[in-house]
Amino acid sequence: MAIFMAMSKFLHHIKPPAGFSLGLKELWQYRELFYFFTWRDIKVKYKQTSLGIIWALLQPLGMMVIFTFLFSKTLKIDSGNINYPIFVLSGLILWNLFSSSVSHAGESMIQHSNIIKKIYFPRLIIPGSSILVAFFDFMMGLLIFFVLCIFYKQSISWAAVLYFPAGIIIVLLASFGVGTFLAALNVKFRDFRYTIPFLLQVLFFASQIIYPLFSIQQQWLKYLLAINPMNAAIELFRSPIAGTSPDISVLSIGLISTLLFFLLGIFYFRKTESYFADLS
Amino acid sequence: MKPAIEIRNLGKEYTLASAQPYISLRDVLTGTFKSIIQTNRKKKEKFWALKDITADIMPGERVGIIGRNGAGKSTLLKIISRITPPTTGEAIIRGRVGSLLEVGTGFHPELTGRENIFLNGSILGLKKIEIIKQLDEIIDFSGVNNFIDTPLKHYSTGMQLRLAFSVAAHLEPEILLIDEVLAVGDLEFQKKCLGKMEQVSKEHGRTILFVSHNMDIIRKFCSSAILLAKGILIDKGDTTHIISEYISNHSQTNSEANWPEGLYSLNKELKLNRVYLHNKSNDLLSKFDTTEAIGLTIEYEVINDNIKFTHGINLYNSENQNVFNSHDISFALNETKRKKGEFIAKVWIPENLLPEGLFSLSVALFNPNPLDIFIHEHEVLRFEVFTDFSKRNARGNYSNNFPGIIRPLLDWELEKK
Repeated sequence: MAIFMAMSKFLHHIKPPAGFSLGLKELWQYRELFYFFTWRDIKVKYKQTSLGIIWALLQPLGMMVIFTFLFSKTLKIDSGNINYPIFVLSGLILWNLFSSSVSHAGESMIQHSNIIKKIYFPRLIIPGSSILVAFFDFMMGLLIFFVLCIFYKQSISWAAVLYFPAGIIIVLLASFGVGTFLAALNVKFRDFRYTIPFLLQVLFFASQIIYPLFSIQQQWLKYLLAINPMNAAIELFRSPIAGTSPDISVLSIGLISTLLFFLLGIFYFRKTESYFADLS
Repeated sequence: MKPAIEIRNLGKEYTLASAQPYISLRDVLTGTFKSIIQTNRKKKEKFWALKDITADIMPGERVGIIGRNGAGKSTLLKIISRITPPTTGEAIIRGRVGSLLEVGTGFHPELTGRENIFLNGSILGLKKIEIIKQLDEIIDFSGVNNFIDTPLKHYSTGMQLRLAFSVAAHLEPEILLIDEVLAVGDLEFQKKCLGKMEQVSKEHGRTILFVSHNMDIIRKFCSSAILLAKGILIDKGDTTHIISEYISNHSQTNSEANWPEGLYSLNKELKLNRVYLHNKSNDLLSKFDTTEAIGLTIEYEVINDNIKFTHGINLYNSENQNVFNSHDISFALNETKRKKGEFIAKVWIPENLLPEGLFSLSVALFNPNPLDIFIHEHEVLRFEVFTDFSKRNARGNYSNNFPGIIRPLLDWELEKK
């Protein structure tokens, strides 16, 4: 009875959609569902594979070995004063966070179309929890990254305490923006999903993962690449390792574009979400 | 006391742009291209699934929502549960809403029964502490205690349903919306769930909106009822009164549906003229005895050639179970494009197949693969099947309750050993 009385404050006014709000208050009300979706995806992911969590680590490590062999030993890319394996892995773990966030969030609305048609909850939870799952994998990757830093006796300056979280936040905001935008587009244009792998492929090479941005001679190209938020994030990650200060122009361009991506994604998603149940 | 749900002039319009509910980017690109050169844009057909619904539902009311297929019952629940927004009008909901449009929403086969209770409960709007508080009760109620820590994929369908129902039965929102979910699962367990919900509703004054085709359940469970037809609210009031209004309407049979002007498909490729039921001697009929074959004739016209399609039917019984569907597979097999002209398609529902009761038929002109529906008329014809004891029928001379979805007359062999 106590619960019943306490809930009487709930009042919904249902009317044709108009206006725009982020719906943060409602997201907060539904935080448990957010948690359960994320928990389910992580649990199922690691239940289904016999290798479990190791699987999340093998992939970036394998890539690191291949890239080190190709670009450090064979093509001799100048990675500054960082060991190339550390150099490439710092880019790879951030990239993996972005690419798996974007691809999973992008597909998430279609995968959950059945739930969307049957139950109401703030739709942002779905791409949001896909990103949290990717973030969980990332934390595992980050752990391995630190272990390797010790292994290669790579020193990291104290600036990392500030720069690492800042880099991670940039990736999360950018993936959230791009992921929600693609998720909403995917509901409306069902063949849009086929463009996502291609888009990610292009972005991979437009990010300073296997090469450093400072090695690019043309200023205009550097600024163009800086629009890709990944470059600012990787810049923030690498500068405490290299012991240099990050390129301010790359950072500021990246930060502005991150915010724009974030706002665009969330705005488009919120604007179209009320019709998801009719479309999917 | 203020109503728990105030519905004011609520309407929902769907746009039928094409047979696919979603659009492909390719279609948009090629579509704009085509429209530039051809200028005959695909005409978008709009249709009102709900129109101008106004009703007040008081706290503690248990309202049954009755109506034929496509009357707008599910759309109404979807709007009230905020799954889809209305096109016009508004609704004010006072209280926490729980909706049960499907049992076991979000169930995951890899997770254990216990884990799924938490997941499903949370999707249905239960708080974690509420689930923990009721966990033992939910498990006991479901009767799958021994398997509760086994992954759901090892459960039988029946066990999964019991688990899903028992989470649903323990929902305690102030307003509960239930769609036809209770039509599945074993009858005893359904009754147990309904009993539990009814008890909750009575003790705590919970409001329930309940969609069902099963009039017995509505009669027993609901304190009042709403009758919808073609998106319009026909009547609201006392359950018995509304049910009898619906039945007198619903039980009318019709042997023929006619469209003097023709019923056109969206882009006017096809036109349906007439459908009718008849016996072997071609008499128009809407009542058949079980030993008679039931003939259905569909008359239509192909206006544009070069479209691929076939004709088909869906048959529903009075419980709204889909008894069977059928379409002419001769076109599907050789993939021919159809020529212009008027056609008469005839199909026979064999004798000794259907039991007694009321049935409704939907007629469709469509391409099965890739699916493209040109015309789909829901429940155009309604007929009754009865037993004629003077004929050799599957009942023999047994006249008591004889359940079953079909009633074949089987050949029995007997020999002396």
